Amino acid sequence: MGMRRTVALLRSTVTSIALLSALAACDGREKKSMARPEADPGALRAWEQIATVLQHPRCLNCHQVDTPLQGDDGHPHNPRVTRGPDNLGVAAMRCTNCHNQKGNNPSSGVPGAPHWSLAPLSMSWADLSSAALCESLKDPKRNGGRSAEDLKKHMGEDKLVLWGWEPGAGREPVPVDHASFLQLLTTWVAAGMPCPKE
Amino acid sequence: MARIELKINGQDRQLDADPQMPLLWALRDLLDMTGTKYGCGRALCGACTVHIDGEAARSCSIMLGEAQGREITTIEGVSGPVADAVVGAWRELDVVQCGYCQSGQIMSAITLLSKNRKPSDEDIDASMEGNICRCGTYQRIRAAILESAKKIGGDQ
Repeated sequence: MGMRRTVALLRSTVTSIALLSALAACDGREKKSMARPEADPGALRAWEQIATVLQHPRCLNCHQVDTPLQGDDGHPHNPRVTRGPDNLGVAAMRCTNCHNQKGNNPSSGVPGAPHWSLAPLSMSWADLSSAALCESLKDPKRNGGRSAEDLKKHMGEDKLVLWGWEPGAGREPVPVDHASFLQLLTTWVAAGMPCPKE
Repeated sequence: MARIELKINGQDRQLDADPQMPLLWALRDLLDMTGTKYGCGRALCGACTVHIDGEAARSCSIMLGEAQGREITTIEGVSGPVADAVVGAWRELDVVQCGYCQSGQIMSAITLLSKNRKPSDEDIDASMEGNICRCGTYQRIRAAILESAKKIGGDQ
């Protein structure tokens, strides 16, 4: 009787240990699958260079909340203009009052490019850190509903975006040449668009 | 140089000019239409405002190549109920002091009232922001726009 109880106790103990071990193993696997993979350092370095372009006044000045900024120092737009319902201004103060669709005006110095406008409000980058900007770029609700490939196309071909590399006299172009910028973008996208931590 | 075809105040006009020439240069120097004024030449003051396809436009900054083939209206050619109301109110309230900026002010006011027949003070401020008056006639300009709105029935 005593021997049977001991064997039963041993069996019960072994079963419990096996169950606990199995649970522990499951838990470990769960934790492993939920852990954020280490970001590719090369891709993060690529992002930091991409961010220097996106946060440059040539891009940032029109990715604002209600009124655009102006100039290399990002001062408030003069004259003051407001977004309006279609991102193009209000009644008699519209972007196209002054900005030519056919390019920069060398006489007045007013810059121009096709579909000159404020970026949609959902795409405002005002006061965003590099990390927050990175996350917003990946979010279709905040990037104009774009996939990664759409983003590459937008930054590779859109004529208003390309204006940032040829902004006309008196304005500093974005700090990375366009071919290098697209290479950085490809590197970042290929690595899964990793973002830095705040 | 290129052949530029413009439609100004309903008339077809042809010019041999650089497509990058500002529309204002062509209006004043080549077509002798001097109602539109040169102020700053940098789209900062609004004195040169005309209409292109019904929208206010700074003719010192809009290039001939951009304006080609579109309907251009200058202060010499404004017409219709809104324009009549604005010009009438300007006279009745004696808005003008030196007058230099006023053709641009009137062109912007017509655009505003064509789109918004009952503008609030805030709407007027937002739309007239780009038209500077060195004499400071802003209060009379605002009053004339509100009076114009009454004339076209926007206050009802």
